[in-house]
Amino acid sequence: MKRSPLKIYWQRLRENKLALTGGVMISSLFLIAVFASVLSPYDPNEIDRNNILNPPSLTHPLGTDELGRDIMSRMIWGSRISLAVGFVAVGIATLIGILLGSLAGYYGGWGERIIMRFIDIMLSIPTFFLILAVIAFVGPSIWNIMVIIGLTSWMGVARLVRAEFLTLKEREFVLAARALGVSDMMIILKHIMINSMAPVFVSAILGVASAILVESALSFLGLGVQPPTPSWGNILTSGKDNIEVAWWLSVFPGMAILITVMSYNLFGEGLRDATDPRLWRTGES
Amino acid sequence: MGIIDVVDLRKYFPVRRKAFGKQEWLKAVDGVSLSIKDGAVFALVGESGSGKSTVARLVLRLISPTSGRILFQDRDIQALRGGSLQVFRKSVQIIFQDPFASLNPRMTVFDTLSEPLKIHKITKKPELKDKVVSLLNDVGMQADVLNRYPHEFSGGQRQRICIARALAVSPKSIVADEPLSALDVSIQAQILNILQGLQKQLKISFLFISHDLRVVQYFSDEVAVMYLGKIVEHAMTDELFKNPCHPYTIELLSSVPKIRPDGKNKEILKGDVPSPIDVPPGCPFHPRCPRRFDPCDKIVPELKATNDRIVSCHLFN
Repeated sequence: MKRSPLKIYWQRLRENKLALTGGVMISSLFLIAVFASVLSPYDPNEIDRNNILNPPSLTHPLGTDELGRDIMSRMIWGSRISLAVGFVAVGIATLIGILLGSLAGYYGGWGERIIMRFIDIMLSIPTFFLILAVIAFVGPSIWNIMVIIGLTSWMGVARLVRAEFLTLKEREFVLAARALGVSDMMIILKHIMINSMAPVFVSAILGVASAILVESALSFLGLGVQPPTPSWGNILTSGKDNIEVAWWLSVFPGMAILITVMSYNLFGEGLRDATDPRLWRTGES
Repeated sequence: MGIIDVVDLRKYFPVRRKAFGKQEWLKAVDGVSLSIKDGAVFALVGESGSGKSTVARLVLRLISPTSGRILFQDRDIQALRGGSLQVFRKSVQIIFQDPFASLNPRMTVFDTLSEPLKIHKITKKPELKDKVVSLLNDVGMQADVLNRYPHEFSGGQRQRICIARALAVSPKSIVADEPLSALDVSIQAQILNILQGLQKQLKISFLFISHDLRVVQYFSDEVAVMYLGKIVEHAMTDELFKNPCHPYTIELLSSVPKIRPDGKNKEILKGDVPSPIDVPPGCPFHPRCPRRFDPCDKIVPELKATNDRIVSCHLFN
């Protein structure tokens, strides 16, 4: 019976129906984003002056907006933005977090003190207002948003990685590797990093959810993805302007954001439980 | 001169300072000297908290001493750099107490055992698998475990893998930090037999750290008894067990359960080991010592050599 830790994770995850639902939702969103050009019934930017603010119907399943654009098509294309922002921003945050966290945790000393105090400073600034201020300087664009969200959300990962490193570097298998003359680089990568990745991966998944929320909020305020490029956030903006006459403009993108964020949270939490050996039943570890 | 010489070794750990208080130190190891002879087994005995494991980590250069020196083949290991440090790493290996924490959970047995072979370029790639299998055979395991992960093994099996990993670099010396105490008694005997077989066959010298006196008596050539970071008695194993001198040694020996109790009342140690942050003045053992007298709580006894041993107790000065 050969079972790697990964197989145990998978087995545990499979038993968690909510997490699995979240995973399926995430996968479908991925497929929708990838095949947006095939799936969307209309060009998302095609203006149709004869069908302004149409309610949901057979020709326009989710209705049209104030310029007669098809909401379903715009939302399908908007999912690309959400996913791209979510993953790129979290990718940047996770890379910075792993780098600083592992340096602080493994080497300690004054470097650790500087990094940890810098984290405290970053955490003391309300992130959303910092992002707003920075956007005001560099100007709103999807690339700026990805980078700024990434640069302002790495602190949690860094703390997590540092804590993992602090405990793992005292574990006997790491000491044994040092006694064998394994280089610092290899100890960090092969012995410590790989054993601290499960919680980092979980926090990255949860981070995608909050990055998507921040992007939607920024786009809603008009500081994110700029029209006419569709994003769930800026569809909501036009929803707000027409809320008394066109409920479908607010409800559908709002639902999309809700379901997406919830899916990531459910999947991330399920993953966290599956990868926590303390929750494994005896016989599994 | 032995293969490893420890000279007046000290390791103090800083304890978190209270506001406006003075810095306190935990004196884990406080002036330990010992010499491990080539091919011999040197046992270090003592209760938990006596600083045995700290000595092990210092000897491996996993932590650096506060003061004192550790010589490996007459060279100070703190001064080793680059190539000569790798030679030291290849020569001195460690086996830990907890076999569940000593193997990387994400590495298969093959990965774990081939890592030292690759680092020290001991075996060429094509022969790697054969060498790993022969290491496994040395500790009584078969080739069918190569692709398994640590969590699939029992404690005794993991400890065998740890021994095989230590043997991979053909060390001259092995530090065994309580290698048996986490195992079942039946498994202890197996592991001890493996260690003893290897020691006899390969002439590896051991620093054997243990609190199990029966094992020490069976396995070691020389014993040092540690109490609160200091060696209190040091002699050849036969001498020490035949005629223990220091009251602490006597108490330790009398605490060993006997198969046929002789009916005599045992002298059982009362109380706990004092905190190594607040070491009692005078002889550190005096608060628990049944034979203390006038100078014990005032003057620190020195380690004095008598005809067959070294002992630090006012009774023998």
